[in-house]
Amino acid sequence: MLMKLTGGKIYDPAHGIDGDVRDIYVRNGRIVERPTDVKIDQEIDVRGKVIMAGAIDMHTHIGGGKVNIARTMLPEDHAADVVARTELMRSGCGHAAPSTLTAGYRYAEMGYTAGFEPAILPVNARQAHMEMHDTPIIDKGGYVMLGSDDFLLRMMAANNDQEAINNYVAWTMNHSHAIGVKVVNPGGINAFKFNQRKLDLDEKNNYYGVTPRDILLRLARAVKELGVPHPLHVHGCNLGVPGNMGTTLDTIEGIDGLPMHLTHIQFHSYGTEGDFKFSSGSAQIAEQINKHKNITVDVGQILFGQTVTASGDNMRQHAAHPHAHPNKWVCMDIECDAGCGVLPFKYKDQSYVNALQWMIGLETFLMADDPWRVFLTTDHPNGAPFTSYPHLIKLLMDKTFRNDVLSQLHPEAQKASHLASLDREYSLYEIAIMTRAGAAKLVGLADRGHLGVGGAADITVYTDNPDREKMFTTPDYVFKDGKMVVKDGQLIEVTWGTTHVVKPNYDISIEKQLKPYFDRYHTQKMGNFKISDDEIIDDGRGSITVQPLHAGGRI
Amino acid sequence: MTEMTEPGIWQEVPSPFCGIASDDLVIKVDGNNVTILENGDAITKAGFETAITDLSPRINGKDVPLDEAVSYAAQLIRDAKQPVIGGLATDLNGCRAAMALADKSRATVDNMDSTPTFRNLLVLQDTGWMTTTLTEVRNRVDVLLVVGTDIESDFPRFYERMVWNKESMFNQDIESRQVIYLGKTPSGDASTSPKGKKAQVLACDDADLPEVLSVLRALIKGKQIQAKQVGGLAVSDLDALAETLKQAKYSVVTWSAGNLDFDHAETSVQMICELVKDLNLETRSSGLPLGGRDGAMTANQVSAWQSGYPMRTNFSRGFPDYDPYLSDSNRMLANDEVDTLVWVSSFNVQRTPPQSLAKTIVIGRSGMTFEQEPEVFIPVGVPGIDHVGRTFRLDTVVSIPLRKLRDSGLPSTHDVLTAIENAL
Repeated sequence: MLMKLTGGKIYDPAHGIDGDVRDIYVRNGRIVERPTDVKIDQEIDVRGKVIMAGAIDMHTHIGGGKVNIARTMLPEDHAADVVARTELMRSGCGHAAPSTLTAGYRYAEMGYTAGFEPAILPVNARQAHMEMHDTPIIDKGGYVMLGSDDFLLRMMAANNDQEAINNYVAWTMNHSHAIGVKVVNPGGINAFKFNQRKLDLDEKNNYYGVTPRDILLRLARAVKELGVPHPLHVHGCNLGVPGNMGTTLDTIEGIDGLPMHLTHIQFHSYGTEGDFKFSSGSAQIAEQINKHKNITVDVGQILFGQTVTASGDNMRQHAAHPHAHPNKWVCMDIECDAGCGVLPFKYKDQSYVNALQWMIGLETFLMADDPWRVFLTTDHPNGAPFTSYPHLIKLLMDKTFRNDVLSQLHPEAQKASHLASLDREYSLYEIAIMTRAGAAKLVGLADRGHLGVGGAADITVYTDNPDREKMFTTPDYVFKDGKMVVKDGQLIEVTWGTTHVVKPNYDISIEKQLKPYFDRYHTQKMGNFKISDDEIIDDGRGSITVQPLHAGGRI
Repeated sequence: MTEMTEPGIWQEVPSPFCGIASDDLVIKVDGNNVTILENGDAITKAGFETAITDLSPRINGKDVPLDEAVSYAAQLIRDAKQPVIGGLATDLNGCRAAMALADKSRATVDNMDSTPTFRNLLVLQDTGWMTTTLTEVRNRVDVLLVVGTDIESDFPRFYERMVWNKESMFNQDIESRQVIYLGKTPSGDASTSPKGKKAQVLACDDADLPEVLSVLRALIKGKQIQAKQVGGLAVSDLDALAETLKQAKYSVVTWSAGNLDFDHAETSVQMICELVKDLNLETRSSGLPLGGRDGAMTANQVSAWQSGYPMRTNFSRGFPDYDPYLSDSNRMLANDEVDTLVWVSSFNVQRTPPQSLAKTIVIGRSGMTFEQEPEVFIPVGVPGIDHVGRTFRLDTVVSIPLRKLRDSGLPSTHDVLTAIENAL
């Protein structure tokens, strides 16, 4: 079947196309050349409409243990947003910690066609994939968390060479079916188990003598040398601590030019100036991002209201527990592998700190020059639920709207920020970079995030509404792998996306260390830790898409 | 990986029955006969070795083909005004199919072990907790406090695998580990160290645990206690226990909610969880809720991600409606509020449906016998014996792949429930 989308304004930054009027042809789920002699089976008139590739959320907590703890512990949050079953859709719930089914439907209805879970613990990867398997329509994948796992720290303490570490990283990525590697509070989750309560970039783990800086360098190098396209995904030290901008700047300098993605940078951009001893560090952070081309960031914008924070960083989550709202929280130590912490949280516009967090996020968006290196996230659900993206896009694209909101926030916070003086408004082209082309490039998706011939036909069609929130809330059409799944903002068909992975090579000799390690210390056998392809494919609804490694990747 | 190393001999077989998902079992399969050769215990032996009896589904006691039983079951569910899908002892895909069926048929979902499970879940939803997982315990625990629980009767290999293991990753002297019982006295010697050091026991009645735990927490917080005795225990002994916990580097406080079988035991679980939080202001300590046998965690996990809520969720209004009291299937059945019960029990032939007036469809392990023959009985295979599957361990973090060990021809719970859903 051949489909033609006729006459839309195309925003395809991967090919430098900025609003040109072109036709798009789709066959068998792919974008194809204009055929010369084949009958067009379906033509859709999209003249005047804005066309982008399907959006990609490169950092969203959609599956895995801590997300499910958040769901289980928040019945009162779901109650306001329960979702009834329809002929097409299963019932579920939305808001801060939505059910997997509802999450998939709502992403699709917003024009998103892929989401990546950024914190898959190796020992919990099986569960993360189960949940993503039950997340309809969108493609998915995830970054496997290393850096507080005892196996890596033992290797580092024993001064194993980089090749051995590369082997371990590649082995873990393969057997947990990951597309990237994440590190959360490098070594800090582990240090918390030894009762350390903070861990600065150059502070040693009491047991291993290893520092976060060492861990970052080892893992960033491993990711690069293995040819994994997604740079090491870093949730840095000292999340949320006033003054942590210094740590963040040191982290950028300290990575020696290796590719590194700093996630939810907003939470790591705080100074200590002013009466409240809490100030914006976004200017200095943005300056360093602009200067260091090896650095990418996503913002982790906060938006006001109730949400829940779910993080692998149990050291910082424990420290933050007095702020839990409502007052309940979970921290876990996990399997000599990692940890997690879940705290419900309410961001208040009349709180000085929360208002300034909002401003710091937006300042970062507006002062980071290169939209190919800054990504639109709320760290769902930590800063706000993903359903608030259209609102966030409006804040970025509409200065008047932004300043109207700003003027209603805590007055002292307004004085502490120069956000009102920032005139920048994001263009549709820049939004398409951040949420499509740039995101695909960053995650390492060769066939997504663009509208070129051969690409997957994940396509979103919008009406060019000056109210950008309305525009991005209800696309006219969303196509997933060539199938129309959304029409006029409403889901019309349920499909099941693929799981994107990379498969870096490793030397099987690593198992000579791993097998006895599992046997001696773990409560699960190495062989049962590994997730088979069959588990991802499961009932036939799932599939695995292996994305290419960068050329020159080596062990 | 679970694998056949010689004909009929399987290595590294995980147990879906025992809650701790031991995966070092060696199992011999000869036709439909399964024998544990190594690392079995009372729980896993019953789990693996129970023989297959029925292969044929029944309607009102009469053998029928599977498709007939399925369409009859579908008819009962279609006619039901208040169906319940209970039991829910099955694997991942069995739970997925049950949730899909519940959503479509507007049923209530509940698990056979919800009564104990909710003693914990109510605490999670009210104040939260700090917990740990089995491998952390195995490598780090220095003081294990066991509250109101006789671990070895329900979790026979807990001590062998998590406390008296040969070595710790952190060079801890395993013999130096302290085990202290508060409440119940251990029924055997599993808690005794390899060199014969017995657990310390501060025995009290279950009924006194709420008070004893309150005093222990107060002492941990440094409060003055005027009383000299509480629940028959000397306050000075509890004070010493508080001090031991404060001095410990990685204490673990464990309980099995199934053993805390008294009214409002959730408040005692909450007291445990809050005292663990208090300890963490200075040192490290973690809770470890034991449970999760026969897939209890799996049912709650799948329900939580598919609906947002754990068990005891009702779909009668077309959306998930969570009420841990109203949707307690035991209460509903006892009150004759249920007209059709789908009882899913694929692990343990002893776990048959509770007596009730409801029309009953049992999707049960072959070998099950009934005092009252259900309207429909569909014998199914066991996850991890008759078909592949996945199950969650008690700490909810680790899930484990289950392999098919024999070819009995019995359908999976998933296949049967999905067939019923499709026939609705």
